[in-house]
Amino acid sequence: MHIAEGFLPPAHAVAWGVASAPFVVHGVRSLTREVREHPESTLLLGASGAFTFVLSALKLPSVTGSCSHPTGTGLGALLFRPPIMAVLGTITLLFQALLLAHGGLTTLGANVFSMAVVGPWAGYGVYRLLRRFDLPLMVTVFAAAFVADLSTYCVTSVQLALAFPDPGSGFLGALGKFGSIFAVTQIPLAVSEGLLTVLVMRLLVQSSKGELTRLGVLVAGRETGANAEAVAR
Amino acid sequence: MSRNAKINSLLLLAVVLLAVLPLVLGLGDHKEEPFTGADTEAQTAITEIKPDYEPWFSPLYEPPSGEIESALFALQAAIGAGVLSYYFGLRRGRRQGEERALAQAGGPATAPEAAPRGAEDPTAREV
Repeated sequence: MHIAEGFLPPAHAVAWGVASAPFVVHGVRSLTREVREHPESTLLLGASGAFTFVLSALKLPSVTGSCSHPTGTGLGALLFRPPIMAVLGTITLLFQALLLAHGGLTTLGANVFSMAVVGPWAGYGVYRLLRRFDLPLMVTVFAAAFVADLSTYCVTSVQLALAFPDPGSGFLGALGKFGSIFAVTQIPLAVSEGLLTVLVMRLLVQSSKGELTRLGVLVAGRETGANAEAVAR
Repeated sequence: MSRNAKINSLLLLAVVLLAVLPLVLGLGDHKEEPFTGADTEAQTAITEIKPDYEPWFSPLYEPPSGEIESALFALQAAIGAGVLSYYFGLRRGRRQGEERALAQAGGPATAPEAAPRGAEDPTAREV
């Protein structure tokens, strides 16, 4: 999902930067508030950022015969809400843009918008929606991580199709082209990300019950139940 | 192996299978260069759609070789994995510490390692 440095026309680069900036600024505020009010979450915040760091470094082969990587933003989004992931995702993207020549500064806005804004919000939306039904926690976690991952790559496809519409078939033709490169490749990787997020969530349930209860992921007195109390957080 | 550990291993196994199967089944064989990055393929697609497009900005720093690049990717993964392991290790250690403290406070019956201290009521020692 990394649009390479200089590969978005200046107007698009600026527009995506403007679109992402408020989310990141709001995210920085949420993050500082969270750390001030709950200093004990710092460790789990670090772990959520670390999960994104690991997963976005894992380039995995896919069924289309090309390689791509998961994003790891679903976990933090459903633990701490999406604004905080806007910050943690941006840090990851900056690291890759500055040190790995992966993505770039001119395309940072667009990449932040797909990976650190839309992905976390889409995953969180699915999580909140599914928790209204009496589904096992891990089913909702899997779905949230899957959607956060896949939606990121769909947004990248749309961004590129907007910038480079096909001369013959226009925006939709280009969307099909970029979508087959990104979105189709990503489906098995989104499954992998869902499974890994479930794994980490299982470890968290074993090790950090108190923290998960405070964050509303677990409901006191119920192991993996979903009820209105948790949804109302 | 406990049921928990079994489920966790199965999850990991499924992820490994998802990564290995495309390689084993040769799903990249139809391509000139199998298993390139999707990001690179997108760049190729851009130059197909708009052959005259020139990137107008280049990275401030580019790893001088593929080796350096993979080292930096490994560094990124290592930092993440390190922080995650620290988190889970710390949690496990704290939980064990708390359990031990609880067991000692609750009397030697539930804490065999506290037995040498004597079988009397812990509060009685204060007298």
